[in-house]
Amino acid sequence: MNNTSKQIHQMPLTHLKRGQKARIVEVAPGKQASQRLSSLGLRMGAVVVKFSAFALRGPVTVKVGSTTLALGHGVAEKVLVEPC
Amino acid sequence: MSKILLVGNPNVGKSVLFARLTGVQVVTSNYPGTTVELRRGYMTLGEEKFEVIDLPGTYSLEPSSKAEEVTYQFLNETCQEDKDCVVVNIVDATNLERNLHLTLDLIGRGFPVVVVLNMCDDLVHRGITIDIKKIEELLGAPVISACAVTGMGIKALKERFKEARPREIKRQGHDEIWKAVGMVTSQAQTLTHRHHTLREMLEDLSIRPFSGILIGLGVIYATFKIVRVIGEGLIAHVFDPIFNNLYAPVLEKFSAILGQGNLWHHILIGELTDGKIDFKNSIGLLTTAPYVEFDMVLPYIIAFYLVLGLLEDIGYLPRFALLLDSVMHKIGLHGFAIIPILLGFGCNVPGIMATRVLESKRERFIASTLISIAVPCAALQAMIVALLGGYGFKPIFIVGLSLFSSWVVIGFILNKTLKGYSPELVLEIPPYRFPPLHIIFSKLWMRVKEFIVDAFPFVILGVLMVNLLSYVQFFKIISNFFEPAMKAILGLPKEAVFPLIIGFLRKDIAAGLLIPLSLSLKQLIVSCVVLSMSFPCIATFIIFFKELGLKYLIAATAIMLSATLLVGGFLNLVL
Repeated sequence: MNNTSKQIHQMPLTHLKRGQKARIVEVAPGKQASQRLSSLGLRMGAVVVKFSAFALRGPVTVKVGSTTLALGHGVAEKVLVEPC
Repeated sequence: MSKILLVGNPNVGKSVLFARLTGVQVVTSNYPGTTVELRRGYMTLGEEKFEVIDLPGTYSLEPSSKAEEVTYQFLNETCQEDKDCVVVNIVDATNLERNLHLTLDLIGRGFPVVVVLNMCDDLVHRGITIDIKKIEELLGAPVISACAVTGMGIKALKERFKEARPREIKRQGHDEIWKAVGMVTSQAQTLTHRHHTLREMLEDLSIRPFSGILIGLGVIYATFKIVRVIGEGLIAHVFDPIFNNLYAPVLEKFSAILGQGNLWHHILIGELTDGKIDFKNSIGLLTTAPYVEFDMVLPYIIAFYLVLGLLEDIGYLPRFALLLDSVMHKIGLHGFAIIPILLGFGCNVPGIMATRVLESKRERFIASTLISIAVPCAALQAMIVALLGGYGFKPIFIVGLSLFSSWVVIGFILNKTLKGYSPELVLEIPPYRFPPLHIIFSKLWMRVKEFIVDAFPFVILGVLMVNLLSYVQFFKIISNFFEPAMKAILGLPKEAVFPLIIGFLRKDIAAGLLIPLSLSLKQLIVSCVVLSMSFPCIATFIIFFKELGLKYLIAATAIMLSATLLVGGFLNLVL
């Protein structure tokens, strides 16, 4: 029961609604990329707020702490978050 | 000599601090990735002299990009093990949490660190207060508050940087560092709530899709308008008067002394028109060369770099890159590549050099090729306006549209056919900051100076070669050879071959040579498009070779030639 409810609540960053807050659960794009994201503030446990998204698999902007970041769609898809 | 290394995130004002310490004017920008090269300067304090080194902006010491690799290697080589050096870690005080990651990493690896909390003026606006003593205590390193832009805190830094002490190395993982960061910020930083300021509203609006695109279009329109106004103003009020009223009389006297008809006169002054100096048509080293450079091209270069520099320093360009990212992906680039492309509108040479910030060779090749083919530099733009301006807006629009469509189509094809991938966008969007005027102007001055130094020798070379070649009737022979192709495909008379080939040397001279040919409007349009798309000017050609190598240059040239013939031929059929 625990497992399934956990799965339901996790989603890639791209699925968040605008203005929605979420906690990062997993950053999967590959070791180098995940390190880069981490040093920008996108790490496990960090809280992000989705700011905007562009249509047609366009980039996604999020705010984490005082930093605003723009991520390509492919990168954003690989960041798993849990809405909170 | 003792060394001082400046390390910090991108966008924290390192370059300004560097300038303050070394007294050298340096280019500063507000978007990440510009400074991939090291800058060195010297600072004298009393009797001692120090070497100050500005390292590329980096978010962490774990190398995940070229800039970070350079920094990490350099730090290790220069600053470990009792070497005589100090690491000045510059921190954006308005973004403590992220910046401290690097700080703690530096301290944890044992480097002797002094922390500079920069952007102190911005703290008040954002309702942030920082307890400096507390941070010092928690970090165990000297912390100085500063506003590099106004100069505040520089003196304190000079007095205290010697207090930096190397530490025991404490190996920490990412998570441990973040925990420590959290602890420091919670104890030393207080955030007071205040209303969304106008500035923050603008920051947000410019990256939402709908409002962002509107703002982006507005910015593009305003840019072109402003550049034209400033460019034309400079020509009309500064450079034309200098050339016509001050320089021409001097040349006329010189011409009389040399006497017409001999080789020296031909080379230096060129042909007189009706006994008077006609700067556009003489093709002399002392006449057309400086005229083209200073009275046709330079005014637009100045105007363009001024506006671009302003957009850069305010922090608008990353937002612009964001807006364009999805579009750019279709042609194999990511949004960030818009910056070299924009630079190419001033002069293709700095544009191609700026592609260094792109991470993959594939991207660099695509961007550079597109710049050479489809981005008309200021010189070219000036000439297009000179040739077509009298016919109203539509012809210019057709030229622009042809170039733009070529850009899209060629980019699309290159993207599909070249193996490899272009990395995804990961970009920090900085807050809007208005830089002080003197920094804007000093950057402008540096760029203009660079342009003059880089481009002028080629202009002289180009004019000289044209001069000599036309003296030996070289072009008549070539024109005859190319006549059938010109007529059949492009619908241009064989006299147009000469200007178009000159286009390899300098586009602006070429366009100027088209004027006396009395071409029809349709022919003028085709000529402009062919000029813009065919070989880049010799300077661009050489830079392309230097930056990307022979193989890529040949590929790009082949693409250029076929594209030019295709588009030129198409326009010839269709107009």
